[in-house]
Amino acid sequence: MAIAKVLLADDEVPFVKTMTKRLNKRGLHITPAFNGQEGLDKLGKDRGIEVVILDVKMPVMDGIEALREIKQRYPLVEVIMLTGHATVETGIEGMKLGAFDYLMKPCDMDLLFSKVREAAARKRQHENRIIEAQVKKDSARRRA
Amino acid sequence: MDEQNEQKKAGYHHSLRRNMLLTVIIVSITPMILVSALILYQFRISYQEKVYAHLETLVKKHKRNIDNFLKEKLADIRFMSDTFTLEELSDESFLRDRLEALQSEFGPVFVDLGVIKANGVQVAYAGPFKLGKALYSEADWFQKAREEKHVISDVFLGLRGLPHFIVAVRENSNGESWILRATIDFVAFNDLVQNIRIGETGFAYILNRKGEFQTKTLLDVLPTKGPCADFVETGKRVQDRICITEKIDESGNKNLYVTASLKDGDWFLVFRQRTSDAFADFRNAMKVAIVIIVLGGLGITTMAFFLTRRMVGRIAEVDKEKEIMNEQIVETGKLASVGELAAGIAHEINNPVAIMVEEAGWIGDLLEEEEFQDGENLSEFKRALDQIRNQGRRCKEITHKLLSFARKTDSRVQDVQIQDLIEELVSLSAQKAKYSNVTINTDIQPDLPALKVSQTELQQVILNLINNALDAMEKKGGTLDISSQVEDNIIVVEVEDNGPGIPEANIARIFDPFFTTKPVGKGTGLGLSICYGIIKKMGGEIEVRSLLGEGTNFRVSIPLPEERETQSVDSGKSQGTPLSA
Repeated sequence: MAIAKVLLADDEVPFVKTMTKRLNKRGLHITPAFNGQEGLDKLGKDRGIEVVILDVKMPVMDGIEALREIKQRYPLVEVIMLTGHATVETGIEGMKLGAFDYLMKPCDMDLLFSKVREAAARKRQHENRIIEAQVKKDSARRRA
Repeated sequence: MDEQNEQKKAGYHHSLRRNMLLTVIIVSITPMILVSALILYQFRISYQEKVYAHLETLVKKHKRNIDNFLKEKLADIRFMSDTFTLEELSDESFLRDRLEALQSEFGPVFVDLGVIKANGVQVAYAGPFKLGKALYSEADWFQKAREEKHVISDVFLGLRGLPHFIVAVRENSNGESWILRATIDFVAFNDLVQNIRIGETGFAYILNRKGEFQTKTLLDVLPTKGPCADFVETGKRVQDRICITEKIDESGNKNLYVTASLKDGDWFLVFRQRTSDAFADFRNAMKVAIVIIVLGGLGITTMAFFLTRRMVGRIAEVDKEKEIMNEQIVETGKLASVGELAAGIAHEINNPVAIMVEEAGWIGDLLEEEEFQDGENLSEFKRALDQIRNQGRRCKEITHKLLSFARKTDSRVQDVQIQDLIEELVSLSAQKAKYSNVTINTDIQPDLPALKVSQTELQQVILNLINNALDAMEKKGGTLDISSQVEDNIIVVEVEDNGPGIPEANIARIFDPFFTTKPVGKGTGLGLSICYGIIKKMGGEIEVRSLLGEGTNFRVSIPLPEERETQSVDSGKSQGTPLSA
């Protein structure tokens, strides 16, 4: 069992490939994608993905747009924004739209790894709460 | 190129000034001259009319006087010749009685009396000269008297050698014609004419048909030459009318001549006056007018000269400012585009650097595998990878800084940690400081509270002060001390250098826009004035102290945000706004 299932979307192919290898080696299960649209498609196919790492600047569909879509379709999936553009504005906008965090390229592997774990943990926590709530609701209904 | 431009501009300002000057002078002086000329012209015409009318009346009056005088004398003689017979008059003692009677009645006008027979022999004579039995058959007047009933002769010297003229009347008695003649005293007659005097140069004289003077004149005018002869001509034509002409005499003066015929056109009374004398009043008025015009013109010219000089000076100043402004705009645009370029490059570099760092990381990951653990050069590999990682991080830092500065000015107010800001700026200026041999020391009070200002604007201010200090110490190097501390809810940042300092004269102008001591093209003179504007906007102060040769200290103080203060502002606002309910 992998520590977390992660989708990595970036238009820089060598970056994605190396990151995939490195994160896989650390026990994550990485699904690579090379633009926002591809990422969304893969996310739709594999519902087990818990965390998405999104580059802000991408062709076809950029990170912010992809983030908006992801949050709309799969609100529980956590998103970490990755940016080469060190603007506070992009970060703030991402956070406003519900991103878990944002990091700047080139990022420290250990930092990224820990962020992914935190994000995955939060996602699971969220899911658990929902399940608990569901259980409570169900039992309440049963009692009634 | 620049010199050419300068010259062109100087030429432009020069021609602008010349055009303005000419326009002002022409527009001001032309109406003045036109109006004056018109008024003077009209005045001259009416004055001339007045003078002419006056002269005409005068001459007419004298003409009548002289005519009357002559007629009177003639009438006297005729009366005598009619009253007395030839026999009576031929008696010299009787004739002498008659002369005495005439002289007692009219004064010494009648000089002598004579009776002449048809053959021209004077048969009787009464008077002071011994002219008895004189023969007159050849005399002009005698010739004339034979044809006409009475004659008034021209002035001539005659037998006695004195100027005189003769009044003669021809009578017939017993088929024999005889002539009674009287000599008129020239002096008495002359007085009639000589008394006509006007002004300084106005005098009168009488000419006969040949143009010979019949009176004594004040000036030696040769009768047959020049204007006099002309008068005889014109006089013949005009007959009874008074004729006024203007002519230039031998000495080059303009003269007015008023001519009237006397003695049924035999003589002409000519009154002559210098035009300048006749029009003396007009001349004086014109002189005053000309003096006024000249003075006015001088005044206008002087005023126009100084006014245009001042105006063109102002225009040149404005042009210069405009040019500096243009330069500044170009500079700003250049900076902005350079900034954008830098941002683009920084961003593009980040991606390859990220890949390189990740690849190095991947190698590092792989080295963790057991098969490599015993490798001879494992430590060397690790060192190299660390180096790659470190240099990658360095690249990242550089690009991040570039990006954060190339960003558009962000005037949003946010929490700013002054310590972070200063440290970032110092690290950014470190390279420049190294080249200028400047050591930068920072002394920042730990745990400074956050300011609520625009980060980029505050960055701009501090960076400007640091850059100025570095520029000042560029040649000799030195120390730059940056300190910051809290004093009574105010954060104070001091930037102090030990450079050459600012001269006293420049201190007052240091925050003025466009004031710069840097060579043209190097500084815009806007840095400190923008800093001043920014700090004032933040409600703070910026002060400068400088000693020549000792260094310069810039002190920026910015008030800390105060909870109470914002509250009071809020409550003040709500009090101030009228209740909408």
